[in-house]
Parts: sequence; C-alpha cells; structure tokens
Amino acid sequence: MKTIVMPGNPSCQGCPHAIGLKALGLALEDFVLVIPAGCSTIIAGIHPKATLNVPVLHVPFASAPAVAAGISAAFKRENKKKNVVIWMGDGGADIGFATISGSAVRNDDIIVIVSDNEAYMNTGIQASGTTFWKAKTTTSPAGKREDRKDLAAIMLMHRVPYVATASVGYMNDFIKKLEKVKSIKGFRFIHLHSPCPPGWRFDSSKTVEIARMAVKCGAWILWEFDGKFNLSPASKPYKDKNKRKDLKDYLKMQGRFKGLSENEILEIEKAIDKQWKYIECFENI
Amino acid sequence: MKTIMTGNQAVAEAVKLSRTEVIAAYPITPQTVIVEKLAEMVDSGELDAEFIRVESEHSALASVYGSAVAGKRSFTATSSHGLLYMYEMVWWVANARVPLVMAVVTRTIGPPWNIHTDHTDILTMRDSGWIISMAENVQEAFDLTLQGFKISEELNLPFTAGMDAFQLSHTSEVVEILDQETADSFLPERRQCYVFGEENTTIGSLAPNECTAKLRKDTFETMLKADKTIDKVSKEYEEITGRNCGLIEEYRIDDAEYAVVMMGAWSGDAKDAIDELRKEGIPIGLLKLRYIRPIPQKRIEKVLEGREILVLDRDCSMGLGGIIGTELKSFMDDITNVIAGIGGVDVGVNELTKLFRKFSEDKLKDEVIFLEVI
Repeated sequence: MKTIVMPGNPSCQGCPHAIGLKALGLALEDFVLVIPAGCSTIIAGIHPKATLNVPVLHVPFASAPAVAAGISAAFKRENKKKNVVIWMGDGGADIGFATISGSAVRNDDIIVIVSDNEAYMNTGIQASGTTFWKAKTTTSPAGKREDRKDLAAIMLMHRVPYVATASVGYMNDFIKKLEKVKSIKGFRFIHLHSPCPPGWRFDSSKTVEIARMAVKCGAWILWEFDGKFNLSPASKPYKDKNKRKDLKDYLKMQGRFKGLSENEILEIEKAIDKQWKYIECFENI
Repeated sequence: MKTIMTGNQAVAEAVKLSRTEVIAAYPITPQTVIVEKLAEMVDSGELDAEFIRVESEHSALASVYGSAVAGKRSFTATSSHGLLYMYEMVWWVANARVPLVMAVVTRTIGPPWNIHTDHTDILTMRDSGWIISMAENVQEAFDLTLQGFKISEELNLPFTAGMDAFQLSHTSEVVEILDQETADSFLPERRQCYVFGEENTTIGSLAPNECTAKLRKDTFETMLKADKTIDKVSKEYEEITGRNCGLIEEYRIDDAEYAVVMMGAWSGDAKDAIDELRKEGIPIGLLKLRYIRPIPQKRIEKVLEGREILVLDRDCSMGLGGIIGTELKSFMDDITNVIAGIGGVDVGVNELTKLFRKFSEDKLKDEVIFLEVI
C-alpha cells in the first residue's frame, strides 16, 4: 500500500480520477501504469515533475491495451510479477475499442480500468459512447439523443476472467475488486464510474455524493464477474425499483440535465429499467 | 549455409537468428508470410519468443513499442495500408527513441486496390526519424534485417527493412543464411538507454516545448551521424559474410558519364540494362541507394559529381515529382527525374534499357511514365 497520487497534482478540484487512482495505490502492490491521452495525461504532471509515484508510460490514444500487451509479454520473458495496469477514460475506450476487444480476445495478462466520466472531458466535454441519456455536452448541446453503450457488459461477452463495474463513490467496493484482480491472471476489466464536476456541471465538493446517488437511483449498477456474475452489495437494494432514490434528484444535481422535460426524464427512467433487465439476465447465467 | 527462399522467409529467418523476443503482427498481403513463418517458429519452439496476435497494424506497432520499451528485442512487419493504419505509432516509436525493427514490404496504396509494388508507402516514413533501408534482392532483405537490430540498438532509432512486394517477398532466390553462432557473434545482447518498469520513471509525459525541441534536435543530429554507425555495422557484417550492405552501392559508375540513381528490387534490372548499354559502349552506371534515411548527401554528391544524373522514382509526390528525385534536387543541381512503375506497372530490363538509352542521348526530360517507355 502506498500513496501513488502525489500532492500538488494538477487535477481539477473534486476530480474523480484523482480519487480512483488513489485506490490503485491502496490495493495493488507491484504495478506499472499505462496511460493513453486524456485527463490523466495532464494529472500525471509536466516534465520534469511527475505526480504519480509509480512507473508511468504515456501512449497514444487508441493504443493502450496493445502497448500493455507488449509490456506484459516483456515482463513474462523475465518472470516479473508486476501487474500492467491501464488507466484510461471513456474517450480512450471509444477510439481504442478494437484495441480493448483484441486484447480481451487474446486474454492478455493486463488490468484495464476505464475511468468513465461520460464524455471527452479533456478536450472540453464532448459526447462519448457512454455519455448519459439526454446529457448536454458541447457536441450534444440539446442533450444526447442516442442510447449509451454498456461497455462492461460488452467486455463480459468477451468471456474474460474478470469484469466489474465500480464507482469512485464506493471506494471500499473498488478497492476490494482491485485486491481480487491483482492475483487473477489474464484480461481483467473494471468500468469505474467517475462523475466530473466541470463536465457534469456540479460543485466540486459533490463528486462522491453524486457518484453514490447514481448508484442509489439505479443509474449506475455495481456488479462483478469472476467466473460467476454477482450484483455488488451496494447495488443490491436497488434491484427493487421501489427502493431506488428518485431519478429526478440525481438529475437536478447536475447542470448537464438542465431543462429536461417530464417526458425526457421518463425516457431515461425506461432506459435505466432496461439496463436492470440485462443485469437480471446476467444473474441467471 | 546456402539455401533457396523467398524474401518473406529470409526476413523471418533473420528475425529468428536475431533472437527476437517479442513479435506482434497483423496480416497484410504481401507481408503476411513473414509473420506466418514467425508464428510457426514460435509455436514449434524453434524460436523462443512471445507472439502477440494483434487485431490491427496500429496495435502491432503499439505492442512491439510496449515490449521494446520494456527492454526486449522486438519485431513487426507491415505493408501499404497497414503502414498507414499504424502511422501514428510510426512517429511515436521514433520520437520515443525506441530501438526495434519493422519489415515493410512495399505495396501500392489504393484505391484502386492494388497489391503490387511501388515505394510511396515506405517513403511516408521519411521524415519520422526511422532508419529506412531498401533491399535489392532476397539476400539484402536478410542482411539488412539482421543488421537492422544492431544499427537500431546502437542509435536508439527504429529501423525499417524495406523490400518490394512479390518481386522480393514472393520470389525465391539463393540466399546465404548465417548459422546461429555467427549471428550471435555479430549481434550482441540488446542494449537500450532506458527500460520501462525498472524504476519509478514516467515516460512520454507532457513536457515544456523546449524539451520537445531539444529531443527533436537530438534525433536530427543522431540521424545526421547515423551513416557512421551504418558504416561500422556493415563493415563488421562484411568481415563475417563478405557482403557489403553499406549506405550506397556503386555499379559500373567509376568511368560513367551517365549515372542512374534508384533503390529497391528494380535496381537489379537496372544493372542488367546497364550491362546491355555498356556493350554498346554507352558509359552509364548506377548509384543504388540502400538507405533513404540517413541520406548520405556528401557521398552521393561525390559519386555523382561531373556526371549526367537520372533519378528514377517508383513513388510520387503529387504535383512535384519523384520523392527521391526531389530529395536529391534539394542538394544537387541538374537532375533529371523520372517516375515509373507506379502501381506495380512492370518496368523490366527492356524498358529500363530503352529509358537509359534515351537518357544517354540527352533526350530525357522530367516525366512521369505511367504505362510504357516510349
């Protein structure tokens, strides 16, 4: 256990990546980080200073899992037990989707963490494949019309040893999952929910609160597959729709949903319900 | 040991003899056989290496970037569209100063789809900081690949071993292959100025502009003096094999009034054409470029001084001329530049003889010859 995110790093106030990266240091012992283009490129600091207290290799946007596969192959040649961990955003996961998929198919011995802030934040809040329904971004100024893709579910269908979702609002759950994956061999994937204060338009003190609210209203579902599919304890109560917090409360905390009509909120609710139906199916596998 | 093999097989053999530890590749005609052969070698245990079966060329070069940066001798191969698909990584690898070797089997860029040779694809790498070599025959493809690792590791620059589609990749020729012991004595264990993962270092992070400029300056200066490393390595190789694979090759040029400059497989046909014309008493010779980066300006100037010069390009910079012709024009005067063989259009001994004769009659002007030499 060590502090890997050093004080004075240039992340925004309330940045979820800084929270998530901390968990890596708490859970993993011997690892290297591969970071493709994104907010974390900045957070890692400007030469000659560095803010992450582990070996970091910065790589082109779409390349991270392929580079990590090469590093992992090199480590294997020397019987090094280091974990190769990718820390990428939803942008890297969009542009590098074929690369993630190829790596999963090969069952490369790497850990992929997608810290998903639901838009391309580093370039200034443009919609991504995982941008929340109806969310306003600079490329969806009237609200995103398309559906959002369920990245973790897609990775689950690659039949890899480990897939999970996590949230920066539930650090114990995230750390527990990281502790589990560190000794699993092969391709391991964690989709981390990371609310972004400037991107989602909320006060920087509310990151954790909003992350927790996303789980409580059922919009973000915590689960794990390690050979068996399990709903994580924090999400279990919300399988029962009646126990979920009011979706409106989650939406109104964020400027990106400003001006949503009742109808639009209903559409989001339906999309969330549909998401849960998939989860129920996965539970029965 | 003398044997018969295609260019693709010879490159795979050189990669094996180099004790390459990580190979990542994606198939593309006409390079595919190289990686098929290597996959077989790894599967059968003939080659003790990791083979990463990537899903794209971008990932092929990305993976060997990862293994090379983590300290392992690494290899990939590609061609044409594959090279363009990995173009981002081409620059990244060079700017990161990571030694590795990539074979590029030159192939026309579409549309229309075309699997035959021209040199435009490999020349897109020209400004990136890769050492770029181009073989004339299967033997050179083998020799350059083997030497590539040593040159790359001494300079901390990536190395391209280029060869023409089908004319070399799929044509069987007699090749002399080194035994493992000789290869080992020529190529020492891999060296690298930094290895990722050993210390808490950050590689490739954001940096002040001056830092980028300083790094580019360093690459520029390394490329400027790369000729000395290539001289040294090719001399070492020559001492072992008797074969010189230096920056340039001079063919019947000492007393030539007319000098042809070109690179790649068709240089072999050019030699035959020159022999024909020499029989007629035409004083013509060839300067073959075995490397396009580094480009040995002074040596080229010295060899060509006082002669009529024809640069023959199998590549094209649209609206300007041949890429090699344009290069030479940047430091020499009075060059005639002809583009031919684009899209794999056959230009053999007969066509070259006609073309060179016309050149020796001072009737040749800069032109692009698409289909036939008039």
